[in-house]
Amino acid sequence: MKTKQKHAVLLTGVIAVLILTLCLFLLQELLRPKYGQLNIPEGTLIADYYDDPTHHDVIFIGDCEVYENFSPVTLWEEQGITSFIRGSAQQLIWQSCYLLEETLGYETPEVVVFNVLSMKYGEPQSEAYNRLNLDGMRWSAAKLGAVRASMTEEEDFLSYVFPLLRYHSRWSELGWEDVTGMFRRESVSHGGFLMRADVKAAGAIPEGRPLADYQFDETCYRYLDRMTALCAEHGVQLVLIKAPSLYPYWYSQWDEQMETYAREHNIPYLNFLDKIDEVGLDFSQDTYDGGLHLNLSGAEKLTRWFGRWLMENCDLPDHGDDTDIQALWTRRAERYHAMAADQARELAELGYLKSYGAKKPE
Amino acid sequence: MSFTSFGFLLFFGILLLLYYTIPKSWQWKLLLAGSLFFYAFAGWTAMSYMAAAILSTWLCGREIGKCYAAHERWLAENKAASDRETRKARKAKAKSAARLWMLGGIAFNFGALAVVKYADFLLGNVNGLIGLLGGGEETIPLPHFLLPMGISFYIFQAMGYLLDVYRNKYPPQRNLGKFALFVSFFPQLIQGPISRYDALAPSLLAEHRWDASRVAFGLQRMLWGFFKKLVVADRLMAVVRTLSGSPDEYQGVYVLALMGVYAVTLYADFTGGIDVTIGAAECLGIEVAENFQRPFFSKSTAEYWRRWHITMGSWFRDYIFYPVSISKTMLGWTQKVKAKWGPGAGKRFPVYLATMLTWFVTGVWHGASWNFIVWGLLNGVIILISQELEPLYARFHQRFPRLGGTFFWRLFQVGRTFWLMGAVRVLDCYRDVPVTFRAVGTIFTGFNPSILFDGSLLALGVSGADWLAAGAGALLMLAVSLAQRQGGVRKRLAERPLALRWAVFGALLLAVVVFGAYGVGFDANQFIYNQF
Repeated sequence: MKTKQKHAVLLTGVIAVLILTLCLFLLQELLRPKYGQLNIPEGTLIADYYDDPTHHDVIFIGDCEVYENFSPVTLWEEQGITSFIRGSAQQLIWQSCYLLEETLGYETPEVVVFNVLSMKYGEPQSEAYNRLNLDGMRWSAAKLGAVRASMTEEEDFLSYVFPLLRYHSRWSELGWEDVTGMFRRESVSHGGFLMRADVKAAGAIPEGRPLADYQFDETCYRYLDRMTALCAEHGVQLVLIKAPSLYPYWYSQWDEQMETYAREHNIPYLNFLDKIDEVGLDFSQDTYDGGLHLNLSGAEKLTRWFGRWLMENCDLPDHGDDTDIQALWTRRAERYHAMAADQARELAELGYLKSYGAKKPE
Repeated sequence: MSFTSFGFLLFFGILLLLYYTIPKSWQWKLLLAGSLFFYAFAGWTAMSYMAAAILSTWLCGREIGKCYAAHERWLAENKAASDRETRKARKAKAKSAARLWMLGGIAFNFGALAVVKYADFLLGNVNGLIGLLGGGEETIPLPHFLLPMGISFYIFQAMGYLLDVYRNKYPPQRNLGKFALFVSFFPQLIQGPISRYDALAPSLLAEHRWDASRVAFGLQRMLWGFFKKLVVADRLMAVVRTLSGSPDEYQGVYVLALMGVYAVTLYADFTGGIDVTIGAAECLGIEVAENFQRPFFSKSTAEYWRRWHITMGSWFRDYIFYPVSISKTMLGWTQKVKAKWGPGAGKRFPVYLATMLTWFVTGVWHGASWNFIVWGLLNGVIILISQELEPLYARFHQRFPRLGGTFFWRLFQVGRTFWLMGAVRVLDCYRDVPVTFRAVGTIFTGFNPSILFDGSLLALGVSGADWLAAGAGALLMLAVSLAQRQGGVRKRLAERPLALRWAVFGALLLAVVVFGAYGVGFDANQFIYNQF
């Protein structure tokens, strides 16, 4: 083969590979689920953090018991504390640990608040929840660790690197929003907080069924130790909490283990299930799903109480003179209140939050 | 390790890279190491079975070679000094000693295969008999041996080698490592083909230089195999499972649908796997025998079996059918039949008996169940009936001479063979023989063509989109098969502009990635023939 011919073959090959790679990339973007548009806002939460490069005094880490129950805007408005929630649905403790590791690479907050419900899961649970948690994470050593720790047996590491290998079967359910959302990510949270203003009162909550073994798994303790060590290394105050969700049932044996751990490591531990009256929560008004999660009213009550506790017990900076931060949070508050008003309007008009993923009451 | 796993792609990519970068004299050693690594995923028990098969066959082959070599040496030294009778006696003695080694090797390997694969089936039937005679339900406990991956394939391949060495077709392989590679060569471990030593070894053990166009050809064939397996077979497998899993619910035309869908599924699955096998070997410069030749275009059952699973068919033909047909025992029986019932019966007797025996063994090879035994025997019966009807066909064509060569007549013949084989093949699907016969019977007793038009076919465990993807894939397979009649598609594509080739195979790759039934949400389907 002549040199000229060889070059032509090589050039054609290079161009073909480039085109093929581009096609694969475009297909990946097309087929990737657009959680915001699909009314699965939980899938957008983790990536929201990267849109907010500012410093946060407090970082909340955990599962739905943080992203549904604490409002950073309320914390700002009431106490002047800047905060962000790094939480997603059924976020397992190793995912929380790696998210903390990643977060500490971006900033050093004064306080990290970790909700301990995930101590009950000692092994990977669900591929779907893994995806909600991990797809939005940027690639780093922390994500690598989180993926490896989280994968269920049916999962493949390669499908996290190339999500097309996971979502290829969505070709049969593509909608227009998949095209419009190819290069656009819709944020629906407020500093990681998912707002729901509707009300569904809690009924009778049954006692938890007796368990064969109440001891938390060794793996969970290992990651909790790692989180404790990470905070200590960075000079961050760690606060353990158990949110006031009425279920999943929180056993007294579990609570004792957390109290012991907190005492031994000199970490504050707040079980809000014991402070429901003190916080002023009314589960006939302050929950949107019968006691599993707080609604806007409940989250704001809890945040106000916790804000006061943070001010009293932690050394937090005063942002009174920082006009940039004030302006930023004012804009965030405007968006927050606009959404609250919109939800109130929709509730008044329709009786349920159709645009926010709620189902029509039967 | 499954061909359709990411692990296999990674393994093959690394192996390919190493294969062409290490010194060429090490290539076969790398292949052996790679093959053993590949098979190690089947577990240590499976590895030990394969090691035993390799070692015993190699040893027996070597001893057979020694018997013949000793005879050759004696002959060279004593040819002039010995008479014909002495030479004949020495040859018979050498052959007899060789036969002992051959029989020993065969008894050991087929014995092991029989124990691991058929012990449960045999003992289960014995228990059934004891039960019928008033005994307990499971008088003899079943051993439940683990069936090592690909054991039927590699043992048949090894035994083919041993029989060929015994027949003095070629000398035995002296190098244990090289022989181990012949038996364990990883692309053909999962589902064959059942290669012959003299066909495979020359390219398997040769040194290969990098050849970009050959590697490209191999990768193209692998891609086509993945397309067939992942886009067509694995999608349609859900339909097969639904239809065969509830025979009381899915009757009549549903059974016809099962015959059609299973035919396409099995073809896409098996040929897809073979394409990956041959393509992978081609990348390495190794020629593996073809196993299919567009079998669904066959105009008769006999032709179908010459074009479907060719290497298995030829194995049974060469090592069972012919030896049985011309054995001394058979010749003796034939003489007796001829004397008692006339020359016609005498002529048919060895063919009938050898055919039925071969098909019985073919059925047993496929699996330890009555379904496969009946399946094998039915194939034999159909082939024999077809032979018997040949004079009738000849008279028919004499009466209608113009009909024979027409397109529609050929189409009729192809369709007849397809559905006939489909009807026999559903024995693979249903749980037992009576259920299969009852289900096939409902085609005549419960004919319900309305299900073809009322959307019932869309409620068989797959969505409309799945049907669309699998249907389009099956049509593409048909188009490629039609095009293959004019010669190799890849070869013809290679003559087209490079950009067009990239476009075609790029599109195929994208189709596999997007439309393939793999990953979370899909059952990881092992290749169907892997279970045999």
